[in-house]
Amino acid sequence: MAKQVELTKSDILHIAKLANLTLSEKEVEKYLGQLSDILSYFEKLNEVDTAKIPETSQVTGLINVAREDVIMNDQTIKKGDFYTVKAVFDETQ
Amino acid sequence: MEPYSLSIKKLLEGLKDKLFSQEEVYSSFLQRVNKYNNKLNIFLTVCDEPYKKDKTKSNKVGGIPIGVKDIFVTKGLRTTAGSKVLENYIPEYSATIVERLLESGASVIGKTNLDAWAHGASGENSDFGPTKNPWNTQYVPGGSSSGSAAAVAAQMCPAALATDTGGSIRFPSSFCNIVGIKPTYGRCSRYGVIAMASSLDSPGVMAKTVEDCELVFNLIAGTDEYDGTTVTFEPRPVPRKIRVGIPKEYFSEGINNEVRLQVEEAIRIISSIPNVDVVGEVSLPHTEYAVATYYIIVPSEISSNLARYDGIRYGHDRSFFGDEAKRRIMLGTYALSAGYYDAYYKKAMKVRTLIKQDFEKVFEKVDVLVAPVSPTPPFKLGEKVNDPLAMYMCDVLTGPINLAGIPSLALPAGFTKSGLPVGMQFIGPQMGESILFELGKKYQEVTDWHLKKPMII
Repeated sequence: MAKQVELTKSDILHIAKLANLTLSEKEVEKYLGQLSDILSYFEKLNEVDTAKIPETSQVTGLINVAREDVIMNDQTIKKGDFYTVKAVFDETQ
Repeated sequence: MEPYSLSIKKLLEGLKDKLFSQEEVYSSFLQRVNKYNNKLNIFLTVCDEPYKKDKTKSNKVGGIPIGVKDIFVTKGLRTTAGSKVLENYIPEYSATIVERLLESGASVIGKTNLDAWAHGASGENSDFGPTKNPWNTQYVPGGSSSGSAAAVAAQMCPAALATDTGGSIRFPSSFCNIVGIKPTYGRCSRYGVIAMASSLDSPGVMAKTVEDCELVFNLIAGTDEYDGTTVTFEPRPVPRKIRVGIPKEYFSEGINNEVRLQVEEAIRIISSIPNVDVVGEVSLPHTEYAVATYYIIVPSEISSNLARYDGIRYGHDRSFFGDEAKRRIMLGTYALSAGYYDAYYKKAMKVRTLIKQDFEKVFEKVDVLVAPVSPTPPFKLGEKVNDPLAMYMCDVLTGPINLAGIPSLALPAGFTKSGLPVGMQFIGPQMGESILFELGKKYQEVTDWHLKKPMII
């Protein structure tokens, strides 16, 4: 039997504060039991040895997807990978 | 033949042969909606006039009314995500895949009900009341795309857009005896889809037949400059001989016996199809860890995505969140909070790698996996509402596919003794949708489960 996680009332209030949620007294009681049960179920993952396993945060393998730069202004000068553009703010301002 | 009873293919033929007009098609479906919507609670917004474009790029599905899950933003048409937070939200633009359908000549007949924010497996988490299953109104239609599935089953539209983050297309397709494709992650744009869990959300299609499902899928799939996660890889070709595997973990003791028997019977039929080779049992050993992994990663992403709803720019404030949204926000906030990140989120991302590798290994040997969609037949309204963990277990056979980012096609496989639908899924490798559609079409040529319609009330 996996370890039981027992959250406390102050845990629930702390999470609610982080998430900017206002809970009623009844909700605090309800989530206390339900979240403890769900977190206890997650303990199952400790059966899996992941010491040498890399993390997967996305599944496509795509990296740094960006649009081609489009020069919108005729006066833009390209220097290598950089562009010189007109100042956004007028210097006299 | 009433237009509402026809497939998209038959509707397009009928329109071409002038058996009926586009207006007659629309009003045939609209009458169905008006007749049954109060009883089944399927549409949150009904378009009395077709929502469409006057000029379109093509006419590939000209005059076909489509239902749209109310999680796709539609310009000028209220979009709620099934939540009271957005009950009055009118979007400024339309989702890419909605736009693609409109540009192909389709119209939107209405926005369909769903578990709020797509959080749920039964439709009962909608802040606008649950949708009823057209096969038996005492039962849930499955979620979270509850309205889209019930709308197709009740013949209120020939196809509907939906999303699948952990089973939300396949689960209700299975409970309503229709077809639904959860595409490869990134195959269909997420632009304009209200975000749930961004690394898993997969927009897709539900329809009456595999043929129709493929037709609509081909119109919406493809890269989108507004979604940097859309994939550019080549789709996989259909092999001359399709090799089918049976993942043994998906037929374990926890699976309801009637479901198991129906899917096993379907596999016997599949094995008799020419150029299909059922090679036998294969193993996905990390399947049992998928639900725990999923319910750490998904609420974590949810807690981040739903942080934007503060009532300042649009919608109501956070006191309008329903029970399940709050539960998931809290769960995710906890999993990501200081001191717990490594134990929960990081651990889950590592197990996700193992689940993904399970599929990669199996797809070296087979082209398609056949499995049940749901561990049980449809359940009754109210049966699981007070036990969130029991509701989460509904995703045991669908969630792993989302974690791996691969495609899966749900389709009818038969009925229980009490007349409730049983669905199965064809799971494929990344970009393997064509293989799934091909096998699905062949299966539907030799079976007629998909032609059975509910005797609504």
